[in-house]
Amino acid sequence: MNLTLKIWRQTDAVDKGKIHTYEVAGISQDMSFLEMLDVLNEQLNELGEEPIAFDSDCREGICGMCSLMINGEPHGPEVTTTCQLHMRSFNDGDTITIEPWRSGAFPVVKDLVVDRSAFDRIIQSGGYISANTGSAPEANSVPVPRDNAVRAFNVATCIGCGACVAACPNGSASLFLGAKITHLGELPQGQPERWSRVVDMTAQHDYEGFGGCTNIGECAAACPKEIPLDVISQLNRDLRTAMKHGH
Amino acid sequence: MTDMPDTTLTSDHSHDEPSAGAYDDASGYYTLGEPIADTKAPAGDIADRWQTRKFEARLVNPANRRKLSIIIVGTGLAGGAAAATLGEAGYNVKSFCYQDSPRRAHSIAAQGGINAAKNYKEDGDSTHRLFYDTVKGGDYRSRESNVYRLAEVSTNIIDQCVAQGVPFAREYGGLLDNRSFGGVQVSRTFYARGQTGQQLLIGAYQAMERQVKLGTVTEYTRHEMLEVIVADGQARGIIARDMVTGAIETHLADVVVLASGGYGNVFYLSTNAMGSNVTAAWRAHRKGAYMANPCYTQIHPTCIPVSGDHQSKLTLMSESLRNDGRIWVPKKAEDCAKDPRDIPEEDRDYYLERIYPSFGNLVPRDIASRQAKNMCDEGRGVGPMVGDFRRGVYLDFKDAIARLGKDAIEEKYDNLLDMYERITGENPYEVPMRIYPAVHYVMGGLWVDYDLQSSIKGLFVTGEANFSDHGANRLGASALMQGLADGYFVLPHTIRDYLSDGPFEEIGEDHPAVTEARADVEARIEKFLSINGSRSVDSFHRELGHIMWEYCGMERTAEGLRKAIDMIRELKREFWSDLKVLGTADSLNQSLEKAGRVADFIELGELMCIDALNRRESCGGHFRGESQTEDGEALRHDDEFAYVAAWEWGGDAASNDMGTPILHKEDLVYTAIEMKQRSYK
Repeated sequence: MNLTLKIWRQTDAVDKGKIHTYEVAGISQDMSFLEMLDVLNEQLNELGEEPIAFDSDCREGICGMCSLMINGEPHGPEVTTTCQLHMRSFNDGDTITIEPWRSGAFPVVKDLVVDRSAFDRIIQSGGYISANTGSAPEANSVPVPRDNAVRAFNVATCIGCGACVAACPNGSASLFLGAKITHLGELPQGQPERWSRVVDMTAQHDYEGFGGCTNIGECAAACPKEIPLDVISQLNRDLRTAMKHGH
Repeated sequence: MTDMPDTTLTSDHSHDEPSAGAYDDASGYYTLGEPIADTKAPAGDIADRWQTRKFEARLVNPANRRKLSIIIVGTGLAGGAAAATLGEAGYNVKSFCYQDSPRRAHSIAAQGGINAAKNYKEDGDSTHRLFYDTVKGGDYRSRESNVYRLAEVSTNIIDQCVAQGVPFAREYGGLLDNRSFGGVQVSRTFYARGQTGQQLLIGAYQAMERQVKLGTVTEYTRHEMLEVIVADGQARGIIARDMVTGAIETHLADVVVLASGGYGNVFYLSTNAMGSNVTAAWRAHRKGAYMANPCYTQIHPTCIPVSGDHQSKLTLMSESLRNDGRIWVPKKAEDCAKDPRDIPEEDRDYYLERIYPSFGNLVPRDIASRQAKNMCDEGRGVGPMVGDFRRGVYLDFKDAIARLGKDAIEEKYDNLLDMYERITGENPYEVPMRIYPAVHYVMGGLWVDYDLQSSIKGLFVTGEANFSDHGANRLGASALMQGLADGYFVLPHTIRDYLSDGPFEEIGEDHPAVTEARADVEARIEKFLSINGSRSVDSFHRELGHIMWEYCGMERTAEGLRKAIDMIRELKREFWSDLKVLGTADSLNQSLEKAGRVADFIELGELMCIDALNRRESCGGHFRGESQTEDGEALRHDDEFAYVAAWEWGGDAASNDMGTPILHKEDLVYTAIEMKQRSYK
């Protein structure tokens, strides 16, 4: 198939940036979206124009590195990551607009690459259970009810890609934050730090410049791992409880 | 793999086949150096060695730890776990990764599970059995002391991960669940659905981020190590490039740890991440670290086949699918283009069930892979033509769906079958899946002693980047175990023995070892940008991958390997004269990053071929056409090859001339286990 691509190009963080238009031909529907961009980059290299920078690593939907806004939707039209999106989701002759994640808290590094280190700092502020190596009790000494274990797992599948932020009109990272709060809060091991964790992580979230949640739900719709919206309710509930207890 | 009928290799068996001693296939390609041996593992009963070593390893007083600095390259299970643990102990840790966050290291993609000898099922598991299975699975080419220790600490890993909040699968009573894996007869695999690697890595990542907040660990993301600094015989730091600004940075420390993963991407197409590379390990190799058994590659049988020349990466389908799927190809080559549903039962060849009636579809990875290749080579492959033939075999769920119902299959494998449909556009409930082997893991890596120290003093190597635990073939669910064993429980003990002599005399940025390393890095970058030829980095990488896959893949022959070496040498000349890298060095430049990695892959590829050429025996994932039984099965030559091949760089460190590599042999001595020939018929 032949496609017209409108792609955001920006040389570095301070450059203003703009959309460039490219044509690609002979794209197979079996290609992944990123392989289609590989083809374009080979063309550009041939022509002497610097290839387009974009992030990707595992290309199997689990590392969370790929991060493209495709026709205004994070990761494009399917519920999956950009790397698992295939060209059979598009038609011959389509025009596709490709931009980086849009959020003030994720500044553009170059072209389609953004800086998501804010997520690491949110985890640093409390997204863990303090258990030094060697200090752990025997694994089966603390049973975890299966339902809690399943819910913890389901939300722990968050890949930290940032699609939730890119989708949110307020640029909120509440889905990301709620997923971690819920994961650790569902487990007995996570209880000792539960209340300080939610307060500290929320403070860091706000400090990084992410917006507040206004229950729009775009985040959960865009999430490639289908993290449910109710983790934000859990986040709010835990935060309220923590504050009531004077944290 | 434990219920195989074992036959001890008797002495007259080797008389049936020409002994490998009659050949020196790699003659002229290498120089024989002095033998080497591991001197760190204590003598005595294998079950006591680790306890003895831990006790004998000298201690560092907590107040002194903060005066000691450690560089760790890589943030996967081995690197992330080590950074967290050493940070908790109070050392100053600097952690480096090329990704934008430590959480993205490729350990995250591991699916199936992690082994541990907990014996929760009371089914006869024990440390000794896990040790035994691992050595045997590795076809008796691993070092027994290291493997025993791995089995010994496996149970601690599970305790640690549960305490961190890793959401392993549980039974209704709230206790941990296990499943079987890779043909072993006990249930010892802990798992978190099909995302075990992700959950373990996030556990290590969170522990490490906690230390970042506490100030013991400093993380450097989007940084790539380009050189190791070896000053006065000791590894004392690295040269790294800030991939965003292009700045070349010097980082100095008392000790350097490489946890930089495997080099499967030398094949271009593999299940590794796009960025996975050998550069950290290879730069260390060029500075004196031995590379051990580089030809040992694991080719996983159940991956989604290549669909065309555009392909950038291959995707694994968990080997658990072989429990219920039946593997077949058409009996007649003319049926290969037909809709498989129109091929009647009598025209199908369920070749694994035919050749290996007792193991059938559940033969180990190396065998399943090689037979799939044989079928395709015979012209009975299926799926689209890629190049001049079809590369795929069917994995069919029809019988399982008829027997168990579609719902049961859906429940067991739904996420995998979904992923398959997303990538191929075909519904595996209706049309048989197509699979083909793909490069997945490398057992080879930098040589280390029992302390995980390389042949460069002060340079430690952990996880997939080292060579020690898996021999010639890795069992399923053992890579995660090894990464975390090294990072949480082994390295922190062995590194303290080395650090107890520190802090070492401070070296400045003007030390000749530093200025030379920096100058080398800068010159290389300058060179990449100035060749200004006509070919992209990817085109070279792809070509290298074709050569490696064709001649150093699932079956290797002396003739093919010699041809490959010539082709690689020619490719290298072309690379350094016709490469085209656009852009500048002082900003994010992904082509420039790739150029450095591909340059190192090309040199590694040559060494892999030389190693494969030298090893005229078949063992585990290394199959030499010249060394097979009458039935076409792998034939080891323990009399000649029961050694680790540790290669020393024989070239000039500063130039592109590889010279002649020097082979040091480390004899493998088994005191706790008897060597046997594997059989699966």
